[in-house]
Amino acid sequence: MLTIAGHTFRSRLFLGTGKFPSAEILQRSIEASGSEMITVALRRVDLGDPADDIMAVLDRNKYVLLPNTSGARDAAEAIRIARLARAAGSGDWLKLEVTPDPRTLLPDPVETLAAAKELVREGFKVLPYINADPILALKLQDAGVAAVMPLGSPIGTNMGLQTRMQVEIIIAQAQVPVVVDAGLGAPSHAAEAMEIGADAVLVNTAISVAGDPVRMARAFALAVEAGREAYEAGLGPQGKEAAASSPTTGLDFIK
Amino acid sequence: MPMKIICNGKEKVTRPGISLNDFIIDLGLRPENVVAECNGTIVKREEYNTYLLKDDSMLELIRFVGGG
Repeated sequence: MLTIAGHTFRSRLFLGTGKFPSAEILQRSIEASGSEMITVALRRVDLGDPADDIMAVLDRNKYVLLPNTSGARDAAEAIRIARLARAAGSGDWLKLEVTPDPRTLLPDPVETLAAAKELVREGFKVLPYINADPILALKLQDAGVAAVMPLGSPIGTNMGLQTRMQVEIIIAQAQVPVVVDAGLGAPSHAAEAMEIGADAVLVNTAISVAGDPVRMARAFALAVEAGREAYEAGLGPQGKEAAASSPTTGLDFIK
Repeated sequence: MPMKIICNGKEKVTRPGISLNDFIIDLGLRPENVVAECNGTIVKREEYNTYLLKDDSMLELIRFVGGG
């Protein structure tokens, strides 16, 4: 089972809650995913729509709430959001993301590391969203983060595990869990990440914008389980030359 | 004399001496699902009942929304 910062998770699929067509579909998708780690964002209350409250459908006793710092452009903004999230009662868990460029939403490594050091000092369980940079992952690990979350491809692109080689290096080196986050657009992408030894994946857009989010949530859950099972079973070696799967002897009867 | 405060960037008129908790309820919100920052400082939830808003207070009310 997966353990992060002393908390054990049965499911290795973490679910983001953005862009679902309705609160009801979100709730059913969470159930179908089996996820026990649910991300949320923090935003100003829309005073014109006070009833629009996601907490009405999220059962805090069933899931770990992982608030993100989305929208933060530097370390100071991320730290401010983190403190607000904790005051909002989500506990100490935090998905640290610092994305100064709204066009690419790629994370700023320098500001992310600076914010991580401060937030670890303040007692947060920090899960930083990072580019698939093995050196940065090690520095964050040394800073005391609870896990690292390298991206597969940019947020919301559904382009899959474009960073596979670097993620493999991160997994080989990491002492903390590795959660592949962002860009996983299909269950096969999630399975691939799990097959190479990721400890978990975080998926949002691929599920929330699917034709049927509830069924897609289940599809991802199955893929994550299959990928993990394959990793633990041990994949056979790859090769560029054919290797017969049927015996090459005992063919005398046709020769 | 009614009191005016700035809440989430908008001017709101309310009664003098209102507690943060009552102000949040008057907006149609559940205090337990809202985090408040007044004049740049986070107000702890257990203090909402005793925290009194003042004229020209700059209040930010924030809550969780869907996000990845």
